[in-house]
Amino acid sequence: MSEKVLLIDDEKDFIEALSERMESRGMKVSSTVSPKEGLEIVDKETFDAIILDLKMPEMNGLEVLKIIKEKNPDLQIILLTGHATVEKGIEAMKLGAMDLLEKPIDIATLTDKIKKAQARKMILVEKKTEEKIRKIITSKSW
Amino acid sequence: MSKTENTHIKLVQHENEFSHLRQTLNFRRIWVVFVLITSGFAIVPVVFFALIDYNVTKYSVEHEAVLRTSRLASNTWRSVSFFLNQRKSALVFTTLENSFTDLTDPEKLSRILKNLQKGFGDFTDIGVINDKGVQVAYEGPHDLKGKDYSGQEWFHNVLAEGIYISDVFLGFRDLPHLAIAIKHHLPDGSFYVLRATLEHQLNSMLSQEENADGRDIFLINTKGFLQTPSRYFGSVLDKISIPVPEFAAHTNAMEVRLSQADVLIVAYAHIPETRFILMAAQPKNMLMAPWRKSRKDLTLYLSISITFILIWIVIAVSYMVKRLKISDQKRLGYLHMLEYSNKLATIGRLAAGIAHEINNPLAIINEKAGLVKDLFTFKPEYKSDPKLIQIVDAITDSVARCSRITRRLLSFARHMDVSIQSINLKEVIREVLSFMEKEAEYRSIIVDIQVPDDIPEFDTDRGKLQQILLNIVNNAFAALSDGGRLELKAEILNNDSVRIICSDNGCGIPESDIDHIFEPFYSTKAKTGAGTGLGLSITYGLVKELGGEIDVSSKVNQGTSFAITLPLKFEGDTKAHPNLKKEGKPDESVAG
Repeated sequence: MSEKVLLIDDEKDFIEALSERMESRGMKVSSTVSPKEGLEIVDKETFDAIILDLKMPEMNGLEVLKIIKEKNPDLQIILLTGHATVEKGIEAMKLGAMDLLEKPIDIATLTDKIKKAQARKMILVEKKTEEKIRKIITSKSW
Repeated sequence: MSKTENTHIKLVQHENEFSHLRQTLNFRRIWVVFVLITSGFAIVPVVFFALIDYNVTKYSVEHEAVLRTSRLASNTWRSVSFFLNQRKSALVFTTLENSFTDLTDPEKLSRILKNLQKGFGDFTDIGVINDKGVQVAYEGPHDLKGKDYSGQEWFHNVLAEGIYISDVFLGFRDLPHLAIAIKHHLPDGSFYVLRATLEHQLNSMLSQEENADGRDIFLINTKGFLQTPSRYFGSVLDKISIPVPEFAAHTNAMEVRLSQADVLIVAYAHIPETRFILMAAQPKNMLMAPWRKSRKDLTLYLSISITFILIWIVIAVSYMVKRLKISDQKRLGYLHMLEYSNKLATIGRLAAGIAHEINNPLAIINEKAGLVKDLFTFKPEYKSDPKLIQIVDAITDSVARCSRITRRLLSFARHMDVSIQSINLKEVIREVLSFMEKEAEYRSIIVDIQVPDDIPEFDTDRGKLQQILLNIVNNAFAALSDGGRLELKAEILNNDSVRIICSDNGCGIPESDIDHIFEPFYSTKAKTGAGTGLGLSITYGLVKELGGEIDVSSKVNQGTSFAITLPLKFEGDTKAHPNLKKEGKPDESVAG
């Protein structure tokens, strides 16, 4: 099953190269340079993982993370940063990010993380489905 | 770019802020001013009171001297007056006891003289002079009967005043005599004069009083001729060298200057019914002798106390100025440290900014290169060309190296903040040495790290420890020649501290310099412009901040060894450093 990934970063070159590489590894990649556009896309579609840059001119990565998590807490978000600090990392984790990677990233590591994210999401979705089924089973009686 | 400019401006501002604080005080001047002012305030009152005391005592002693002389004069004056009065009374008694006829009878007169001589002993002759001035009767050693005194001055005086006491004259045998004449009125209205000559004993009487040293008591007449011998003014009938004082019924005193050094205090009084003036003179020097002695004591005491005060002031001010100097130097030291750490912080911020900015393009290069590699890997037509893959791998390797550098810069910048955390010494040493790896490789310097694994993790400030080690290792590298050897050892001391020894076999430190190397601005590199002279002083300050000690031992041309002892338990006063916070988690928690 191919992973569905959304890339949000203000560096166009970075996004283009990375999305092409990920696609060549069999992932389905959507990308945008605007965090606002990214939020709109998140509204319409669902993804296995969202790769989000921490520092963007339009909007802070942490804010975007907050908004996405409010809308859909199941979404797995991996943050990218050029400047990792303890505080930022802790804050991001508290807000529900799955991981925080330092730029420049190793494609293998990223792929690995995305796979993990997908797996997690699968578990979450399965759980939800299970609950739904249980609900249906308990509420509707044949 | 604008960020860099901002920090630069900030840096310049900092330097301006500090420049006015950097002026040192002129301690020699302060010392002189303090000594002068303090001595002034301490000595002036002492001298002032000493002077007052001096003047008061001088005045009272002088007063006392005058009083003593006056008392002497008046005592003697009483004796002399009594003596003359007695003789006069004897004559008055004679005129009252005997009639004129009896007195003119030579036999009776002779008996009266004899009785007077028996009673008083000093009468030499006696004569009766009638109202015409002719001596009608005379008894005595000379033949003066019938002598006419009517033209003589004393006779007129007797007529006018009823009594006359003559000046002293030298009679026969050259003894001093004086004559007393009294006028006696007869019942019929006529009168006669009884005149007697005395071989007076005034000399012996006065000299009896002259028992003390330097006293001189004498009589002068109103014309200034001595009537009795004087110690200072000559013998009988000499004229005295000082002007005759004006009439004074009571004792008066004056000062007489005989020469530059000799001053006499002279008290005098006129003796009533005579033309005698009694004078008592005492040398002032002798009267003032006790005072002079006490003045000497006072001066001695004063000079001793002033000396002590001055010594004390000099010692106290020297001590104070020394402390001032030390604290000023400390202040300067702290200032330089502050300045230095400010600079470091600025550099840290700069480094962080640059590292962050560089990381983004690096990420792009990384991805593009990765993409190229992907293309080659996935497309079979390029797959057979290993050279291309090699080139792409070289690019990604370089990117990885760059990212290591930026990560190190970031970690350096992060450690600018003070924080206590648990550290692994070996790790820190390796981190620090990684900065120097390239240089060591270039100069083929062997770096030998001997850190045993049993050294526990201990709490300290990682950034500061890194800086300390970096400074020491940097110094060692500066001292080493190419192909040298640097050894880093660590050991546990007494279970409560760890000692890190960094020894090199470089040029060493001369003995004359070794005591100064931790002083700010002491640099052997400064002459060539290579060093600020701050490195080791900052290192020293940092080690102290971590509660440790730093020692150095060195031999010229054999090498230098720095030993840093750090406590295993950090006991720094966290309150003293407001920006000091305990941070339990090591930074590595987010590094993945």
